[in-house]
Amino acid sequence: MELLNNLILGFGVALTPINMAYCFIGVLVGTLVGVLPGLGPLATMAMLLPITFNMAPVTALIMLAGIYYGAQYGGSTTAILVNLPGESSSVVTCIDGYQMARQGRAGAALAISALGSFFAGTVSTMLIAGFAPPLADLALKFGPSAYFSLMVLGLVSAIVLASGSIAKAIAMVLLGILLGLVGTDVNSGVARFTFGISELSDGVGFVIVAMGVFGFTEVIVSLELNEKREVFTKKVTGLWLTKDEFKAAAPAVLRGTMLGSMLGILPGGGALLSSFAAYSFEKKISKNPSKFGKGAIEGVAAPESANNAGAQTSFIPLLTLGIPSNPVMALMMGAMMIHNIQPGPQIVINQPELFWGMIASMWVGNLMLVVFNLPLIGMWVKLLSVPYRFLFPAILLFCGIGIYTLSYNTFDIYLAVLFGFLGYLFVKLECEAAPLMLGFILGPMMEESLRRALLISRGDPAVFLTNPISLCMLIAATALLGIVIMPAVRRKREDVFVE
Amino acid sequence: MWMAKAFSFGTAARMGPAYFPTVIGGMLVTFGLFIGLRGLVVNGESVGSFHFKTLFLILASIALFGLTLQYLGLFCAVLTLVVIASMGGHEFKLREAIIISACLAAGSVALFVFALKLQIPIWPSF
Repeated sequence: MELLNNLILGFGVALTPINMAYCFIGVLVGTLVGVLPGLGPLATMAMLLPITFNMAPVTALIMLAGIYYGAQYGGSTTAILVNLPGESSSVVTCIDGYQMARQGRAGAALAISALGSFFAGTVSTMLIAGFAPPLADLALKFGPSAYFSLMVLGLVSAIVLASGSIAKAIAMVLLGILLGLVGTDVNSGVARFTFGISELSDGVGFVIVAMGVFGFTEVIVSLELNEKREVFTKKVTGLWLTKDEFKAAAPAVLRGTMLGSMLGILPGGGALLSSFAAYSFEKKISKNPSKFGKGAIEGVAAPESANNAGAQTSFIPLLTLGIPSNPVMALMMGAMMIHNIQPGPQIVINQPELFWGMIASMWVGNLMLVVFNLPLIGMWVKLLSVPYRFLFPAILLFCGIGIYTLSYNTFDIYLAVLFGFLGYLFVKLECEAAPLMLGFILGPMMEESLRRALLISRGDPAVFLTNPISLCMLIAATALLGIVIMPAVRRKREDVFVE
Repeated sequence: MWMAKAFSFGTAARMGPAYFPTVIGGMLVTFGLFIGLRGLVVNGESVGSFHFKTLFLILASIALFGLTLQYLGLFCAVLTLVVIASMGGHEFKLREAIIISACLAAGSVALFVFALKLQIPIWPSF
């Protein structure tokens, strides 16, 4: 009954008025940026980071987490009503969600994505509560060599999960690691790759890279496309599902939740990947695959549940191992460090009220989202009828201010411009930016544990093979890479991403 | 079409702490060459067309935002950013852009400086 006691402790923290209020602000802001295409949770969290300095650490983390999963709810609204992904994780929701809206079932599509997300949120919250403490115990036994191998495994899975050429993905990871190494070397104090620029001696902030590569690039690319947007401004009616729809959607929600929860834990996973995987899985097992793309409710229910589940379980590696699995988690890690919390297995043991408070707040936040979101849809629709030519300067502006307020230095803005250009180049060359980000985040951590491991073993590289945990990870990594390189799997993998 | 990759980030190693970067850099160059050579051998699709005007205007607007923010304060910086970025859009109307930029400038001063109390200069400092 330890779990129950812990949950009671958590709800005690989450249900205080101040934490409830910030949780609400978080999910509301999250939904807002989720609805707006081009403005993601990353930019928003970066912008709001400075104002969390004066809050209690729990409150700050509750709010920031709320933005992330709130955005998953908001993204689906845009996808269904406008056929544009409000959030990158809602790309597949567009396919069937928009078709449902055209058939007059917009209400049902919105309802199932909200309910599915809520269900997924509940399950994944319980998963975190159940699995995080034992995992944290295990993580305490990890030495530097095991950590290094774990990160190798993480990067390999990011490569495997990236769409497009594997060689390109590997190159992107390597480039990311190199970018992460810019700045003063921790062990010797030597400045590396700074080109004599003093602003670079602290390294490149990952928010800068992320805003440039994702934020600015996204705006430029969507300006190129010049899509016409057709907003369903008519009143959304019929929120209730018919019996048949419910029957079709319920198992899809369940499958989406399972898949999303699993993929969320993987490094490089999270909301985006989960939704893609859930959609193609649904299509594969469906008795009638031809109805996908024509308004199949499973095509909305599964990916929407999966992205919410994935968003939440991606907290597990951060809270137990201290390793962020995607850029948003890296930002959460940054927020923790600002509040003097060392992310990793110690959190569960030393700061139970923080850990359990955050978990409980996720459930509370999900409940708020499902209760408030449906009535607020009218407001979001109004927001969406604002033309993009008014929106995109505002998005750029928010990104710019977000970058500036990180350290109040305009150099960061110029740097982000450079990364914006690189990001555009990557899009044109069909290189995915996600592996780059993960390499960038994990690179410095990898170097540190590599050095520490070799220091302890007196320079003997065999330590990675003799340590059982480390060996397992390396075998898994090799196996993963081996499997994808095999021609048969390769072809299949390409099929999956084409869909 | 893939050569650009091979050039980026060679092995700019330093002494002592250069071990890790050198290994990674070496791997990157290997992969860059591999991709580059394959690009020469295999005839794939060519790289999509570049929209230089949009690219340039958007990036320039942000860079100028940084510059004006430092010397002229937030208000002028927002005006610059919004007007130049709008030129990168499809339908550009000067009057409309100026009105939006003024609204956004006032709004962001109110939101960021007064409501959130961030330390950003509003007006030119001289």
